[in-house]
Amino acid sequence: MNRSIASSDKTGVAQLSRWQRLWQRLGRWETILALVLLADCVLNASLSPYFLDINTLSDATFNFTEKALVALPMALLIIAGEIDISVAATMALSSVVMGLVAAVYPSTPVIVISGLVVGALAGALNGLLVTRFKVPAIVATIGTMSLFRGIAYGVLGDRVLKNYPESFAFFGQGYVLGPLSFELTLFAVAALICGLYLHRTLHGRRIQAIGFNAKGAEMSGVRVNRYRFWLFVATGVAAGMASVLLTSRLGSTRPSIAQGMELDIISMVILGGVAVTGGRGTIVGVVLAAILMGFVTFGLGLINIPGIVMSLLMGLLLILVVGIPILSKRITQRRRRS
Amino acid sequence: MSLRNAFLRNWISPHNAMLALLILLMFAGVTALYPQFASGENLRDALDDTAILILLALGQMLVIITRGIDLSVAANVALTGMCVALLNHSHPELGMWIIVLLSIGIGALLGLINGLLVWQVNIPPIVVTLGTMAIYRGAAFLISGGKWVTSGDMSESFLGMVRSANFGISNLSALALLCALGMWLFLTCSTSGRNLYAAGNNPSAATYIGVNVGRTQCLAFTLCGAIAGLCGYLWAARYAVAYTDTANGFELTVIAACVIGGVSIIGGIGSVLGLLLGCLFLGVIKNALPLLGVSPFWQTAISGVVILSAVIVNAAQTTRTRQKILEEPAS
Repeated sequence: MNRSIASSDKTGVAQLSRWQRLWQRLGRWETILALVLLADCVLNASLSPYFLDINTLSDATFNFTEKALVALPMALLIIAGEIDISVAATMALSSVVMGLVAAVYPSTPVIVISGLVVGALAGALNGLLVTRFKVPAIVATIGTMSLFRGIAYGVLGDRVLKNYPESFAFFGQGYVLGPLSFELTLFAVAALICGLYLHRTLHGRRIQAIGFNAKGAEMSGVRVNRYRFWLFVATGVAAGMASVLLTSRLGSTRPSIAQGMELDIISMVILGGVAVTGGRGTIVGVVLAAILMGFVTFGLGLINIPGIVMSLLMGLLLILVVGIPILSKRITQRRRRS
Repeated sequence: MSLRNAFLRNWISPHNAMLALLILLMFAGVTALYPQFASGENLRDALDDTAILILLALGQMLVIITRGIDLSVAANVALTGMCVALLNHSHPELGMWIIVLLSIGIGALLGLINGLLVWQVNIPPIVVTLGTMAIYRGAAFLISGGKWVTSGDMSESFLGMVRSANFGISNLSALALLCALGMWLFLTCSTSGRNLYAAGNNPSAATYIGVNVGRTQCLAFTLCGAIAGLCGYLWAARYAVAYTDTANGFELTVIAACVIGGVSIIGGIGSVLGLLLGCLFLGVIKNALPLLGVSPFWQTAISGVVILSAVIVNAAQTTRTRQKILEEPAS
């Protein structure tokens, strides 16, 4: 971000045109995503004539809703210049606690609340480590990831918990209206709230300010650590919520549940155009990236591509999508200079 | 003089002293309860178990010193290990030196890809290696078709090289210690080594004194990749198996060893001795837990607690020294 300021100073471009350029770039990013998504839909439709059926589309959304639900607060967190690698481990821990609660007291509201509380506590621990003990977020959450996943393994060992009451199945398998699943509805509502929060409120502006220049934000009176802490808690709660959905959909808990999901979630956020260096990103981009990733994996599933090859392609997609705009920008700049 | 200064300042740091003390206490405690822990055989095994971790952590340290992070090391191990294991299976007559050099070469190439993406394309290291981690592991699946290469498919010399021992210490452990010595010389006595610290400590100042920060980062990634490639062969040979999920998740253990060893994740700080102590610390815990009758399922949680306590202590120390520097401006 220092570089961008320096370069605009050097060329002496006026304030307005900088904003215009920023808007152009943002516009272009989401347009690229939308076009890729459209192309993938066409591709999927040509692979299977049933893809455009409303029920198939509804099925395809289950590929991304749980991860995307966590990706939303994760986007806010990354925009604020932090990161949480422990989300998948938080999901596992919360699932284990829900399973244990279900075995003792099989009441759906109690199970759900226990899952959410575990998520909130896990997020609070991350937030405390980062704000109170000044541990860099990436190291702190690598540590808690090991801790949470380790507790899940330690408590459960090789056992499986599956004493969930029947009504618990609604969260991951239920439908609100016709083919509109509960998971998708929850994601849509969460996306709307996050989008309004980030782009339409003072808090959202402050989060962007923190990610752009934390010291500057602090100097201008933003309680930086308070925002950081609550963003970690929000991410934890979202992980707990995703754990409710996933556990309910699978109907059982193993300690390996949601293993490796943190990478999908972070990829989703970065693919959505959120700058890993903080300060920049939109919720629309993240939502588009989530749908894109879900539909691409669904399409690959249609032609029987194994999961590990899917993750290879996702890795490739991530690097291409982040790299190509940087390269093309540099080429156009070089052309303009010469 | 300068060497002595470096020795005093970096080696006998409070962090290293405390870590060494902790390791000794743990070692003494476990030995008091279970004398067989201190037997020569067990110690040799423990060192062998830790050797690959030491090697990978040495490479990772270079990257972290330059403010990067390499999440793809374990995937690099899997892919390179699979490549050389498959080559050994189809051409068992090839000499071991070719296999070793090839594994270093393939690893360096994979590291170079990371480095070039960071240097030339300007993508943040965590994004690059998050992507290549998935790509390298996927590639390991593609070239093997998801099959396992087991000890029956490997030649005698391929398996034997890591196991044979001179002077009572296995080649694997000797290699790790030699690499650590080489890395210490590289980091303290060579210009490129010092440049790594400069680039990580203050990139803009480094640019002013003529250090190409991007190229330095690229060098760190390439060296890290080369070491990871070598470990690919070592892993396949030591565990006598190469499959897609080789070393899955091991990148986190490697980063944990660095963090416990006092390598600062914000760059510019890290010493070979601290790193060795960090690896030893994890190695002692890993070897002591089964003896103490702790279920292996709890191992991950315990290493999580260890990582967290290490980083909390570490962070408290860095902020304290940083503050000291700020309090005395240009007096």
